Amino acid sequence: MATWRPDPSFYPSPRMAAKAPKETLAYVAAFDPERARPDAIAVVDVDPTSPRYSQIVGQVDMPNVGDELHHFGWNACSSCFCPNAPHPHVERRYLIVPGLRSSRLHIIDTKPDPRNPKIVRVIEPEEVAERANYSRLHTTHCGPEGIYVNALADRDGNAPGGIFLLDHQSFDVLGQWEMDRGPQKLAYDFWWHLGHDTMITSEWGTPDTFENGLVPEVLLGSKYGRRLHFWDLHKRKHLQEIDFGEEHQLVFELRPAHDPTKAYGFVGCVISLKDLSASIWTWYRDKDRWAVKKVIEIPAEPADPDLLPPVLKGFSAVAPLVTDIDLSMDDRFLYVSCWGTGDMIQYDVSDPFSPKETGRVRIGGIVSRATHAKAPNGALNGGPQMVEISRDGKRVYFTNSLYGAIDPQFYPEGIDGWMVKLDVADGGGIAFDENFFVDWPKGHRPHQVRLEGGDCSSDSYCYP
Amino acid sequence: MTTFWPWLSLVGLGAFHGVNPAMGWLFAVALGLHRQSRRAVWLSLIPIAIGHAISIATVLAVFVAFGTALDPNSFRVAAAMLILGVAGYSALYGRRHRVRIGMQTGMAGLALWSFLMATSHGAGLMLVPAVLSLCLADRGGELAIASSLPLSLAALAVHSGVMLAVIAAVALAVFEWLGLAALRSAWINFDRIWTLALGATGIALLVQ
Repeated sequence: MATWRPDPSFYPSPRMAAKAPKETLAYVAAFDPERARPDAIAVVDVDPTSPRYSQIVGQVDMPNVGDELHHFGWNACSSCFCPNAPHPHVERRYLIVPGLRSSRLHIIDTKPDPRNPKIVRVIEPEEVAERANYSRLHTTHCGPEGIYVNALADRDGNAPGGIFLLDHQSFDVLGQWEMDRGPQKLAYDFWWHLGHDTMITSEWGTPDTFENGLVPEVLLGSKYGRRLHFWDLHKRKHLQEIDFGEEHQLVFELRPAHDPTKAYGFVGCVISLKDLSASIWTWYRDKDRWAVKKVIEIPAEPADPDLLPPVLKGFSAVAPLVTDIDLSMDDRFLYVSCWGTGDMIQYDVSDPFSPKETGRVRIGGIVSRATHAKAPNGALNGGPQMVEISRDGKRVYFTNSLYGAIDPQFYPEGIDGWMVKLDVADGGGIAFDENFFVDWPKGHRPHQVRLEGGDCSSDSYCYP
Repeated sequence: MTTFWPWLSLVGLGAFHGVNPAMGWLFAVALGLHRQSRRAVWLSLIPIAIGHAISIATVLAVFVAFGTALDPNSFRVAAAMLILGVAGYSALYGRRHRVRIGMQTGMAGLALWSFLMATSHGAGLMLVPAVLSLCLADRGGELAIASSLPLSLAALAVHSGVMLAVIAAVALAVFEWLGLAALRSAWINFDRIWTLALGATGIALLVQ
């Protein structure tokens, strides 16, 4: 239903969004790796003044089992203010929640009671396959033409994966987004530069190479994704491909600058086949082409093979495994999750070609098993994974599970879920909030976090 | 003074179309902010006004052509039904259509964008009752091409002139002084008002 005024959580520019009120709730995707009980969206109280701070205060269960909830997003956000397609009189109200394994799409209403969200529509995989020819639904973004959802495979589980559109009011599947996909086959993440009419997509692999865990032969053969694709956002046409080279595997999360006049962004590469290091790359506009530069390299840490899972034993080292990154609203700080070593690192990326480390904490980790002040049992497993930043940049939340089939390859005894929070000092520096630790209920593992009213990876902007 | 109100309504509709952020002033401001240039705001207003005017001119030309060929009464009813149909469609499905022109567009793209936005919103249709009554008043109930054409051109000029003046004034005020924060509260739902206005236009024409 249309409203008379723009939704109060929409902001024309990232500068204005950074002044938004503090979030009081977080929505967290939680899944059952055994695929025995339904996955859920949990509601976590993140208001420090609340008696139930750091507790799960609500939950909505999915109607089926085995969806593998992973990433999700809002039906509408600040991009509704864009001057070329203005439609800000909609509510930020519905969470668009795909099942990565089931390809089922859930529409969840967060009103009237945001602590008690309800499923209002379920779009079955057959409908997505019929109308858009895709499956394995991954990431969603609200944008100029409606709701964009990407998929890692076609309806039969093969390449190419790609993007499709949903109507932002009826949630009907409108169809495949691409008009000309050029050489693009693999999919993982997508986002855009609204100010530069550019869509960017990254690469993982086809479902047969990840649904039962990572396949060492595919990895060592450099057959997982290693490219970025640049597209004309409005003509929906592939423009350019950048190959990171044989050494680099798994090019994952895309974080373009929020300021729409800036034509650069950051992408994480999970692993180097040369030395197990992880890397962060900056893409940028170089005259009339896009280019990339490796700006951060995080080395593997030598370790006692007895403490390592089989997949790493032969290397006698823990790979950092950078599996998520996030950029603050002012484009100043980049947060980098090292799921292997257990580090969460904060870099000052004011100069996007010359990041400077400004903070680092450690929790969990394959070898370190670092703990948290409020953790009930000393040694935590899993490591920093999906990370989300409050709009004002003062608080950072993250969880510890990567993907059901991959978790046991690196954490063979399984992962006990947790969610933690960092406080960010002015000018840089991070520290745990010792009062915030969600000891995740057994049977579920937490993945992506979305903050009430929007966060640093939910909204895009058309004005500087 | 029977011919006074149609001119006044053309002026009013020019202002109404101009104030609507979806008709272009906001795009001009955005381009000015992106390019950090006041000149970009001013230059963008020209293709936006031209695209809008071409859309209106196209609609009026079609109406004059049909109006002079058909019996005035049945023409009036047909026009009213068309306008009501467009209003109904906008109310139900208007959101489905997005003009796929982005922030890097040039002057021609802006004109095309403005043309498509005005046309898809039925901007020209809103002017039909005013123009029709001007043409009819001039000829005592008959629509004649010889007088309808110059009158329509005059109506187009008045409407477009006012529209340009208003988008320039609003764009300037927002770019120079107000800033975009005001959008968050001041941007009332023009799409809804617009659809209501279009519906009212159709009804007015029907009962005229």
